[in-house]
Amino acid sequence: MPDARTALKLDTVSLATDDPGREQPWADLGLKADEYARIREILGRRPTSSELAMYSVMWSEHCSYKSSKVHLKQFSEIPQETPVGKMLAGIGENAGVIDVGQGYAVTFKVESHNHPSYVEPYQGAATGVGGIVRDILAMGARPVAVMDPLRFGPLDAEDTHRVLPGIVAGVGGYGNCLGLPNIGGEAVFDESYVGNPLVNALCVGVLRHEDLHLAKASGAGNLVVLYGARTGGDGIGGVSVLASETFDADGPAKRPSVQVGDPFMEKLLIECTLELFASGVVAGIQDLGGAGLSCATSELASAGDGGMQVELDRVPLRDSTLAPEEILMSESQERMMAVVEPGDVDAFMAICAKWDVEAVVVGEVTDSGRLEITWHGETIVDVPPRTVAHEGPTYQRPFARPDWQDALQADAAEALARPTSGDDLRATVLRLAASPNLCDKSWITDQYDRYVLGNTVLAQPSDSGMIRIDEETNLGVAVSTDCNGRFAKLDPYAGAQLALAESYRNVATGGAKPLAISDCLNFGSPEDPAVMWQFAEACRGLKDACLELGIPVTGGNVSLYNQTGETAILPTPVVAVLGVIQDVTKRTPTGFQRSGEQLFLLGTTREELSGSEWASVVHGHLGGRPPIVDLGAEQALATLLADGVGLLTSAHDLSDGGLSQTLVEACLRNGVGATVALPGDPFVELFSESAGRVVVTVAADDAVRLTELALEHGVPVTHLGATGGDTLVVEGQFEVGIDELREVWSATLPAVFA
Amino acid sequence: MKVGVITFPGSLDDVDARRAARVAGHEAVAVWHGDDTLSGVDAVILPGGFSYGDYLRCGAIARFAPVMAAVVDAAKGGMPVLGICNGFQILCESHLLPGALIRNDHRKFGCLDQRLVIENDRTAWTSSYDAGQEVTIVLKNGEGSFVADERTLDMLEAEGRVVARYVGNPNGSQRAIAGVTNEAGNVVGLMPHPEHAIEDLCGPGTDGLGFFTSLGAAGLLSA
Repeated sequence: MPDARTALKLDTVSLATDDPGREQPWADLGLKADEYARIREILGRRPTSSELAMYSVMWSEHCSYKSSKVHLKQFSEIPQETPVGKMLAGIGENAGVIDVGQGYAVTFKVESHNHPSYVEPYQGAATGVGGIVRDILAMGARPVAVMDPLRFGPLDAEDTHRVLPGIVAGVGGYGNCLGLPNIGGEAVFDESYVGNPLVNALCVGVLRHEDLHLAKASGAGNLVVLYGARTGGDGIGGVSVLASETFDADGPAKRPSVQVGDPFMEKLLIECTLELFASGVVAGIQDLGGAGLSCATSELASAGDGGMQVELDRVPLRDSTLAPEEILMSESQERMMAVVEPGDVDAFMAICAKWDVEAVVVGEVTDSGRLEITWHGETIVDVPPRTVAHEGPTYQRPFARPDWQDALQADAAEALARPTSGDDLRATVLRLAASPNLCDKSWITDQYDRYVLGNTVLAQPSDSGMIRIDEETNLGVAVSTDCNGRFAKLDPYAGAQLALAESYRNVATGGAKPLAISDCLNFGSPEDPAVMWQFAEACRGLKDACLELGIPVTGGNVSLYNQTGETAILPTPVVAVLGVIQDVTKRTPTGFQRSGEQLFLLGTTREELSGSEWASVVHGHLGGRPPIVDLGAEQALATLLADGVGLLTSAHDLSDGGLSQTLVEACLRNGVGATVALPGDPFVELFSESAGRVVVTVAADDAVRLTELALEHGVPVTHLGATGGDTLVVEGQFEVGIDELREVWSATLPAVFA
Repeated sequence: MKVGVITFPGSLDDVDARRAARVAGHEAVAVWHGDDTLSGVDAVILPGGFSYGDYLRCGAIARFAPVMAAVVDAAKGGMPVLGICNGFQILCESHLLPGALIRNDHRKFGCLDQRLVIENDRTAWTSSYDAGQEVTIVLKNGEGSFVADERTLDMLEAEGRVVARYVGNPNGSQRAIAGVTNEAGNVVGLMPHPEHAIEDLCGPGTDGLGFFTSLGAAGLLSA
């Protein structure tokens, strides 16, 4: 029971009608005057405090995409099919679902948890993993792998030392306890992320076509079940403003707005939910993430027959003093909401009991077209659910190419001083290999379980993560996430396309066929027209690239306001590409496998150094234009790589650090050296970051077959040399031992964090 | 043989352990933590994971699981029992094996391809190996540092009950101990995960398979 104080101040629909003039803290909850006015217009009265709370969180930037949706809309123009089949669910669902053949479907999505991870690194990152896993689960899929693209301030920044160890431990602590292999991701360092780390989390799930579940509450009379963890005061955020209005000064303290994760409960929730699906007792389902019950109830009702009645006092609580507004807003983790036919409720409850998961019927589906919520018999919410969930405000934010863009692009890195001798080149190779963005990341990735479930075919530091999804047929999927924010700063349209191209290429190097993308668009404040222009350009770039490559956007997430003061982060449109491979036993590995193989470069090297790792590490420079995007060439290269499965003994993408870093990584993987002769200017050949390039090896007598294959696909091919020895030799320039490379490459992170 | 793999609610590597038993030629069956019996199995594996979340000391709650009474009885009766990682922790908590596993000395979760030396090839789970053989098996845990008092450690060494020892010492285990056995040699606890090293495709080779093929090797338990 609520204590007398709360009961006394309960704001009900009838009170709202009787007392229309009450002052309400809409501004403190982040609503604008016109938004508050619109709520009053929708309801024909002032909202109750519970309704106000619901609208304020559901109309927030995070939930409503109000600044971004005019730009995201164009992704729906891309045909909703992949190169191998139709999409089974698309944008707007918890996660997109694509057909990968043999009756299997795969769902994947990447999401941000940036701000919570800045406030509380461990829990912020942990619950980021938890949230994306529930999204995947809600589609009816078994989660099978996670990845985490991370961005931090400079390695030597104090803030990085505060956030990085906790974020990594949080990603690991949660994912490891769920039993999901972490198969890749990124760790990138840049000044712009000081005070604003990016924690993006990706999950992949697998299901049979017939197991697809959608988030909707249909069938009047069906029951609404809340199950999982109890609801507590964590993650309430802005609603504490309401609470402080509601409670006296001696009431409960404002609670932290970062959620606290319980991965064991999530593990139970996964197994329990999969058993519920298998038993056929779920008519509709939705996870509880951002905006908690407000989101789940309004979205389920809105997508179904349009009505729902909920008795909020039935919600199991961790803290009996919570007010109804707080219960509606709580972002307590590890909760799900299901719609269940009355005849299935007993079976549903029995399965929950088996997994020790608490489950309570909190309401039922109605055909009233209204979402009605009561608190001990009094109506505190009575709204049309679509107005909460889907008809939030849409902003046409002004956007304009910033006046500094021309000067930035004119300041090309191609004009910077270059190493001139073989010794200088050697020193530059070593310096780049040891630099924070290119160094060995195993200090981070060794904290993640990459083996659990026993289906991990490739994991970092391979170009992509690859998972076997059928042990009999060896069908598998590969996923990569990429983004070079420097390129996106120089040209957001091209930068977003380069992120997509790199991720696409990384999936292809393993031998998989790229099928679809999910994106996590991390940008600064949408109220800054320059940032909004970056965002608009990136969206346009992604749409155009998807159209040209024939792959859809299956969903994703937007994170805005990533900035400290006036300084926005580098525009960071992280792109995840998922591909399918028919036989994972034939995948192409990333590193050199053995001595005596022939080494080739596929693709064209141009003098493209602006935005490069070299310019950044050696000169601290960012300016010029990013590398040229040639999606036709990327597609031809990817097709060659797929056709080359079985012929190619290794394949490694060229990206950050150019050929230099690719050779270093390929040598270090299995301790196999190489000798190469560079056809042009050795500096440009080594450090240019031209896109659309891959280093491959083939057995000595397969060289002709490879050149024929390249010719057939119209991909330029250059013979570089051969593998072997325990050094990397660039003929006529320098030689560097693999041991020395390994020493500098692997020392960087442990020296800082050990 | 019919190999039972126990699934606690937080077990994670139970699927992998069943796969490993199958690859080694056994019949693998899932045994639920809430069961009172082992339903006629010939051997039992306690897999890796976080049994009941392990927010308390790892395995401290799992030892009280209904199925554990049956496991303890069977172990005392000579049935082969293998505890991997969390399973090892549970066997220690159940006093079927001596010692305990505490937080790694580097204070982090670690996932590595770890080299080990098999020191005892006479247990129910290691007869496929030769004493002194070096193998590479996945090690992944946050609390894998083996500790015991000096007298117990000396006894384990003297009686040849150290089953496997790390090459190097990845987590601060006393005397680099990676696995131990009971006096009879039927109960083995191992911190590394042999079930993740049974095929070249999805792990660091096949060195772990021997733990599962050892099972049922002729004349073993009478030795």
